[in-house]
Amino acid sequence: MSDNPNDPVPFRPYVPDTQPLNDTPSYGSTHKRHPTQKLIRLPHTITETTGPRFSADKYGAIMDLSTAVGGQAIGERIIVHGTITDEDGRPVPHTMVEIWQANATGRYNHPGDTHDAPLDPHFFGKGRVYTDENGYYKFITIKPGAYPWGNHYNAWRPNHIHYSYFGPGFASRLITQMYFPGDPLLELDPIYQCIPDLAARERLVSKFDISITEPNWALGYRFDVVLRGRGATPMETN
Amino acid sequence: MSATPTTGSQTIGPYWHLLEEPEWADLTRFGATGELITLTGTIRDGDGALVTDACVEIWQASPPASDVFQGWGRARTDTDGRFSFRTLKPGPVPGRGNALQAPHIAITILARGILIAIHTRAYFAGEKQNELDPLLTMIEEPARRSTLIAEPTTPGVWNLDIRLQGEGETVFLDI
Repeated sequence: MSDNPNDPVPFRPYVPDTQPLNDTPSYGSTHKRHPTQKLIRLPHTITETTGPRFSADKYGAIMDLSTAVGGQAIGERIIVHGTITDEDGRPVPHTMVEIWQANATGRYNHPGDTHDAPLDPHFFGKGRVYTDENGYYKFITIKPGAYPWGNHYNAWRPNHIHYSYFGPGFASRLITQMYFPGDPLLELDPIYQCIPDLAARERLVSKFDISITEPNWALGYRFDVVLRGRGATPMETN
Repeated sequence: MSATPTTGSQTIGPYWHLLEEPEWADLTRFGATGELITLTGTIRDGDGALVTDACVEIWQASPPASDVFQGWGRARTDTDGRFSFRTLKPGPVPGRGNALQAPHIAITILARGILIAIHTRAYFAGEKQNELDPLLTMIEEPARRSTLIAEPTTPGVWNLDIRLQGEGETVFLDI
């Protein structure tokens, strides 16, 4: 199979140690859910380099999670903003960002969550925003609470917000979690710790941002996200 | 200048259903016409237990995306570990070089206990191009190859059972 000048430009392989392994023994749910056979390396075709397009006319935006059913959610109101770029710093414009999270007490509005903490009738914990032409996004929510889970004795998840990103192709899909600065639970959390490279791990922690904090109203946090770039990297030898 | 690597992946967790819009499992809902099919299957873990909390997403480059057919869908696995999509049967699409790829649908599996997306593909039993498909021909063992091939059950319904680990483990892809 020889390459053709018309072949689509592939996404780059991930930089070693910047992504988690599915075989991560400290996170118990991975034990029976990780493949054990070697993955087949698939040169990218149109299937991997193209992907779905979403727009607010079919998939409506929800940019304020902090109010619902005519009332304010309980908790610390926050503004989260940032940019989505590729690995070369190019903005990823007009891409859909899905957001979900626990409420201020650390409880999800989900039938599977049995944590003994109150639900909030004014908080659903679901958002959807789009980046603008510069890859910039912003939304309003409340700071999620920490909550216990069954991974090990006295296990608690750090405060976090879940995100889903698409980017320009099937292979640029990313699911991640954003954390908050100074959280003492981070060093104890096997999900956060699953990313081997320290710098890559620390990029999952948002930064407090006074520039977007609104006086008398809400604290601001910045969370910049990088999706896969295209083409070869200098690290590739072939 | 050094580039910034891709942000690290984290699990979608057990509460991703907050995002769920059940109609997204029907890729034809905007009025697409063509050969309607159902793509269904179960997901099992290394013990053979059904995975009942997964988020399964599909993407297909054929038929080409349009206003009425976005080529992408999302479905949960239900209490029987089963996902189900309504879509259009894809045709062959170009591979790299001069290769042609047999009709296929790309599948992403996300769930609690999966830290970075697991990828596979569904091909269709009986397609002539399967014998020349660049991915299928890379897999030497017929038993392994068959883990990527959906089988017809009733007319218009194609089934592909997925095993994350262990006996009969599905072929997964590093994309």
